[in-house]
Order: sequence, then structure tokens, then C-alpha cells
Amino acid sequence: MESRTICFEPDDRYNAFLRTCPTAPHGEGQLAGVAIAVKDNISTRGIETTCASRILKGYVPPYDAHAVSLIRDAGAAIAGKTNMDEFGMGTSTENSAFGPTLNPCDPSRVPGGSSGGSAAAVAAGMVPMALGTDTGGSIRCPAAFCGIVGLKPTYGRVSRYGLIAYANSLETIGPMAQNVADVSLLMSVIAGPDRKDTTSYDRPYNHTPDSDINGVKIGIPKEYFGKGVDPAIAESVNRAIGRLEELGAVSVPCSIPSMEYALAAYYVICTSEASSNLARFDGVRYGPAADTKKSWHAAYQDVRKEGFGPEVRRRIMLGTFALSAGYYGKYYAKAQVARENVRKDFTRLFADVDVICGPTMPTIAFKLKEKSDPLSMYLSDILTVPVNLAGIPAISVPCGKVQGMPVGLQIMGRPFEDERVVDVAYAYEQAVKV
Amino acid sequence: MIDAEVIVGLEVHCQLDTKSKLFCGCSTDYRDSGPNTHVCPICLGLPGTMPALNRKAIEYAMKVAKALNCSVIEESEFARKNYFYPDLDKAFQITQYDKPLASGGHVEIEGDDCRERKIRLTRIHVEEDPGRLVHMGNAERGRYSLVDYNRAGIPLIEIVSEPDLRSPKEARKFLNKLRATLEYLGVFDSEKEGSLRVDANISLKGSERVEIKNISSYKGVEKALTFEVTRQRNLIRRGLPVERETRHYLEARGITQSARSKEMENDYRYFPEPDLRPLRVQSWVSGIVLPELPDARRERFVAQYSCSLNHARTLTGELRMANFFEGVVTGERKDLCGLAATWIADTLAGELNYRDMGIDAVDPHRFGSLLRLLKSGTITDKSGVEVLRVMLDEQMKGEKIETPEDIVGRLNLAKTAGDDSALMKSVAEVLRDNQKAVEDYRAGKNGALNFLVGQVMKKTRGRADPGELNRMVVSALKGSE
Repeated sequence: MESRTICFEPDDRYNAFLRTCPTAPHGEGQLAGVAIAVKDNISTRGIETTCASRILKGYVPPYDAHAVSLIRDAGAAIAGKTNMDEFGMGTSTENSAFGPTLNPCDPSRVPGGSSGGSAAAVAAGMVPMALGTDTGGSIRCPAAFCGIVGLKPTYGRVSRYGLIAYANSLETIGPMAQNVADVSLLMSVIAGPDRKDTTSYDRPYNHTPDSDINGVKIGIPKEYFGKGVDPAIAESVNRAIGRLEELGAVSVPCSIPSMEYALAAYYVICTSEASSNLARFDGVRYGPAADTKKSWHAAYQDVRKEGFGPEVRRRIMLGTFALSAGYYGKYYAKAQVARENVRKDFTRLFADVDVICGPTMPTIAFKLKEKSDPLSMYLSDILTVPVNLAGIPAISVPCGKVQGMPVGLQIMGRPFEDERVVDVAYAYEQAVKV
Repeated sequence: MIDAEVIVGLEVHCQLDTKSKLFCGCSTDYRDSGPNTHVCPICLGLPGTMPALNRKAIEYAMKVAKALNCSVIEESEFARKNYFYPDLDKAFQITQYDKPLASGGHVEIEGDDCRERKIRLTRIHVEEDPGRLVHMGNAERGRYSLVDYNRAGIPLIEIVSEPDLRSPKEARKFLNKLRATLEYLGVFDSEKEGSLRVDANISLKGSERVEIKNISSYKGVEKALTFEVTRQRNLIRRGLPVERETRHYLEARGITQSARSKEMENDYRYFPEPDLRPLRVQSWVSGIVLPELPDARRERFVAQYSCSLNHARTLTGELRMANFFEGVVTGERKDLCGLAATWIADTLAGELNYRDMGIDAVDPHRFGSLLRLLKSGTITDKSGVEVLRVMLDEQMKGEKIETPEDIVGRLNLAKTAGDDSALMKSVAEVLRDNQKAVEDYRAGKNGALNFLVGQVMKKTRGRADPGELNRMVVSALKGSE
């Protein structure tokens, strides 16, 4: 199938890649010969896959993630594996065990995260497209910070098989590219059912972006422009919404009251699931081996203490706590209620509007090491996590600059209406194209 | 307090006999294969893999639920049971927690009071088996242990009973009934090593409950519980409290031993498995066609073959034995059913048990020939047992297999005819040599007759028919008066 190769030896000055494939084989098809970067938490047969963690150093998957099989079958060349926050836990790609990725728009700033490597590789022009993953904003945040396009598909529309789980009920694989058309193209390759992922749906994506958005109703939630959101960002996004209105869209103010608890619910759910997902990394089957001279539990402790970075350990502990006897009802069960409320809010809003728009991130990309305390980092996910809690599609498309740094317009849609958010993004992109 | 009632509840784990594992396509036929040969990325729990539910396993579990009168719950759910152990590939087991597949139901057993008793069930749920550790040396002092994931992902059902059992013997009967039912359903093979594991909760009324973990044989359950009843009664007798704890059953020594307290502190942090959708299968129940189950077959055996209730119970208590019985009494051997019931349920079962042999090793036709020899009066019951033993021993050693007729001929076991002068001669000799007994008989001591008959039996090595011999001795005694 993969009969030819491309040569891929980029100048990776931003540390976007954890490893590259200098001679990347490829086949024929829709993506023939296209170099695609793959986030390092997506399994690639024969290519080391570490989730940017020491605990998976040396792990070479014996199988391809379903999405990777699909892009290989479409003729793409796997150019390499991109840097990320360890296991996807972060918003800056600084939590990589192998050093941070720098933002190509300003190397003193972070590229966002956790798919920072994929975003930087695309933004720097090293590859035209990349696969990222989005658990609480991990595709949309770096897309916004680096000035590219990133789509978080509807939950279940792209198979998660082979995506090394961080928070199964929230995350998805999705396309990242320099423009909406490429995002849409990559989405058409990776979407569809997979019998190995029984949470996937038989909803293929066969869509060519259409810039006609006349009559589309856009909800503008006040929470996306309120406290904690940089006014300059809000202004930039409001201008973008103005452009959409000029194109025939109708904007409607609205409110998502459940957002008050969304962030807390998100962090309880993702850490709970993570504490279970990451328990298998024990040095018995892969990664750096456990010391067999010690008793197994002592060896496990050593492997896990040395293998996981501080943010991962923090989240494992938080999640373990949230699921513990006596606390489950207080945390995990409550978070599920809050999650349900977010879903209900979106369902209610989408009865009236076709899409919801707001900023992707409350600020521009932060300086490296600027967010040193975990909580302030967590707070920057406030505008992206509601989408994951509800399982709906959302895209981030560049909409101007603040202090010379890109700003992202986030467009959220009804479940399985990924096509519509792509169309609105495409309409905006085409309208502002110079 | 010392005579306090025994209260037992069981949690029975049975491997479902599907072709492939619960969440991947790996074959379940691993027992004669090398370690880690029946594995794939999914059952090894490699990063990024996801479980895909085996529909067959759910169908099998639902057959069990229907057969045991349980209600299948409208929406059930898989959950993760989180704990660290090297044989657990994902560091969690996918099982069911607060939304099991089915709840309620009951199993009927013959209680210790010989009356039918309904043992209530709490629930049935589906889960995956973990892998297996192979200790080099032993678990405590061995140099290292190896892990075999062949077993990881084998589908299990856990059947949980209410604390309705009142003795170790009832627990055994409950298990036997359960095994029979599952085998009749074709979803379970009790002869596969490790296919059944039991956790037992036992208390004496008014005292704390003790959990005995991981008993892996049918006999083991009765033994472990018997040991535990004695241990707990002894404690109470000495005025000591029974502590609430988990104990392990040490099969080789037949005792239970307190588990380290650390193992009890596990908090499994259950939560719904996010990689599997909830299960909505209640509508399948009506489509499940159950085969004839042990109780129905037992009643049929009584009606069709005129078996005694006890024989019918024994014969139908194991699928293979019931099938064997019916294999023996087919066609021209229909007239043998009375004899077959006795000889299979009483004699053959005991001989097989003694040799640790399965009934599948016995050829129903050859066994039928043996019964024919008995029926026609060619050999005595005693010789019949001898022939059967030779047959089984030959089978076991894999030697040339003789027909029962051959064995009778070779060992000269054919019944001595009533008018045989040799037999008359033996009778005369016995009477001559045991004058004391003859006198006792004449003095009215009946025991003396039995003694004399026994002596003749001994001389003729059991070939004489006991009834006939009795008559001969009596007439000889009369004749010599």
C-alpha cells in the first residue's frame, strides 16, 4: 500500500516534534504524499509513542490507531510525532517530559496545549495538517494561540481506538491545519464508525465547506465575554461576529448559566478517569521496566514516581481522591450532574440558534513559565471545556491579532453538525482573506 | 450461641464457554498453549486500546439469567474496578457494579431437611477474568513471578446468592445445581481447569461474617465452610469473638487462613466504564429458548424410565451422566433402564470418582452389554462390579479394551448353575467343616445361615447367585437332618 516515500527533515526550531520520520512512506489516495504530523498520544505502528512522558519511553505500539490507519490508507505520510503536555494534561505544552514547544508566532510564548506540537508544526509550515486530540480544549487552544484552524469533532464521530486515553468520556481526535478547507478534508478522512470503538457512531463526514451562511442564527453567550476574558480578545471576537452578520448571519444574545460549574466538573471528571487510565503504567509490560528485585508494589511506586511528571501525579491524586469511597458522591457524582446541566443548556440554546460563538481562549498565548501555579492554568480552559462536557463539535479559526498574537474565534454547533461549524468558519475565513 | 445457625452466601464466578474473549477476538482455548500466546493489544491492555463487547457472552449470561429466574435489568452498565496487581493488565477490571445485567432469581435445591428449598439470588453480572501469575518457587519466597495474560479477558459471570444456605452441604448442593444448570445451557464447561471460583460468606447467627476468597473446586467449598464452621464454633465456645475478616482457603491443607489486613483495605473506586455504552438488552429475553433443564429432566427420568427420585436426581445432576444414561437405555436396551439407573448412579459414579475419571471415557454400548449380562443372569452383581472395574482400569491404562463378555470368559466369572455338582460339593464341604454353625442353625440362630452361605460364596469366588445359594444351603441343611 505505502509504496513511495517522502523526505521529511524539517528545521524544528520550535521543538514541535518528539521524533520525525525522515523517510516517511505513503500510498495513493485523497492525501497522497501529504505529510501529516501526529500527536504523540495517538498510537502509530512501529513509531515510538510516548505521550511526552518518561513512563512510555521506548514504547513502540504494535498497532495503528484507527484514525492513523485511515490517513495511511488515504495515502498520507506520517511525518512524525508531535510534542504535547504529558498525557494531554496541560494548556501550554510546557508539561512535556521532553521540553516545551515554542510558539512560532513568538518563541517567547507557549503554543498552547496540549496539542502544542501539532499546532506549532502546522503554524511553522513544517506540515500542512496534523492530528491533535481535544479533551478540554487541547486542539482549539493551540490552534487559537498559534493562528491556525482546529476542529474538535462531535464525540463519537472519530474513533478513539488507539488514542492513549486521558479522559475517555471527554476526548476526541481531530484535525488541525492552516485553513478550514484542509481541516475539512482531514476530517472527511478520519470520521466514521469503527467497530473497535463501540462509542463511535456511523456518521461519516463527506462535506465540502460552503461559505453561504445567510440566515444562520448565532448565539452569543454573555459568559464568553465576561469576567476573566481579556477585553481586547472580546473586542476582536465581536468584530469577527460583526463580519458574520455582514455575511447574513443573525446574532442572538444568550446565556449558559451552567458554565459556573463547568470547569470544576470538568476537572473532577478528567482527573477521575485519568487516575484509572494511567494506572496501567506500572513497568510490567512496556516502558521503563520495574525493578524485579523489589516487591511488586514497591517497584510500581518507583516506576510511577520516576515516570510521571508533577502535573500528571497531581491529577492522578486528585482523581483518585474524587473516586474514593465516601467522596464519590461529593465529587464524581456531583460533577456528572453539572455535566448534565451543561448538556441541557446547550440543548436548550440549540433549539433557537444554529451555532454559538465566542472566543476560544480568554487571553493570547502566555509567556513561557508565566502560569506557574496550576489553578491559573486550569482557569484558562473555561471557554473550551463546556464543549467537551456536552460532546458537541467546535472549531477555532483565527480572527485577528492582539499584541501581535493570534486570537481564535470559537464556533460551537449541535451534535453531529460538524459541517455547520466548518461552514461558518469557512465563511469567516474567506471573508477576511486578503 | 454454640449451636447458632450457620448462614452462608456464595459468590460464584464461572467462565462462560464462548469461543472468543469478552472484549476482543482472541480465542479462549488457551489451556494447552504456551503462556501469552492468546493475547492481542486489547487483552494486554496496551495504551489506546478499547474494549468491544462480545455479544455472545451477553447472550450466554442472559440464558443463565432466564434459567435462574432472574430479571434482566432494562439498562445495565459496565464499571471499572480499580486495583493494582501484576496480573491485571489495565490495573482495572471491567465488571458490573451498581447496574448488573440481572437481579433476583433463585436456585432450587434439596435442603438438609430433604425438602425442596429456594435459594434466592441477589444478582448476576458479567466481567472479565484477569491474567494469571506463575510463581517461580512460591508466592512468598520465590525469586520471581511470571505473568500469563492468556486468561485475561475470558468472560465470567458472577452469580451472587442471598445468605440463604444453612450448611456447607447445602452450599455444595447449590453449586452442583448451578453447575448442572449452566452445563445444560451449554454455556459452561466444568471440566476445564479454573472454570469455577467461589467466594463464600459465612457466619454463625449473631456473630460477625467471614469471607473466604477464591475457592476453586466444588469439594473445596464444602471443606472450607466445614472448617470455618468448626473454627468459628470453637472461638465462640472459648468466649472469643469471631472477627469480621477475609480469609483464604488453602486447598492442599484444607484450612482457611486470615488474609493480611492490607488486602482488605482496597478501595476499588468503581465508576462507569466510559469506553462502553450502557447495555439495553431486556428485549432479548423473550427470544431466548431454554433447553430442558435439570429439574425437568429429573421429572422426565422418573416418568419415562421409572427411576427413583434419588436416582433421577443423581443422574440428572450432571449433564454428562444424564446423557450417558440415555445413551445406555436407547433402542434395544430400553428394558435395562431400572438396572441402568442403579448401576450408573450408584456403582459407576462411585468407581469413576475413585479413579478420578470422567464419564465420557465410558462407552455406553459396552456398559449396556455389561448390564445385559446382569439382566440375563449370566453373572452375579458381585461379578458385575468386578467386570466393571476391569473395564475402567483397561480404559484408564489405555490397554486393549475387552468386551464385558470377553472379561467374563477370561476371568471365568459366569454364574455357577444351580444344579452344578461342583457347587453342591462346595455346599456339602462347608456343612461338613462347620458343624458348630450347622448346630447353631438348627438351634434357631438365623445368623448361622448367613455365615454358611458366606462360606460357600467364598469358596466359589462369588460366582453363585446369592438367592439361589441360600435355597441350596437351606435344602442341604434340611437334607442332612
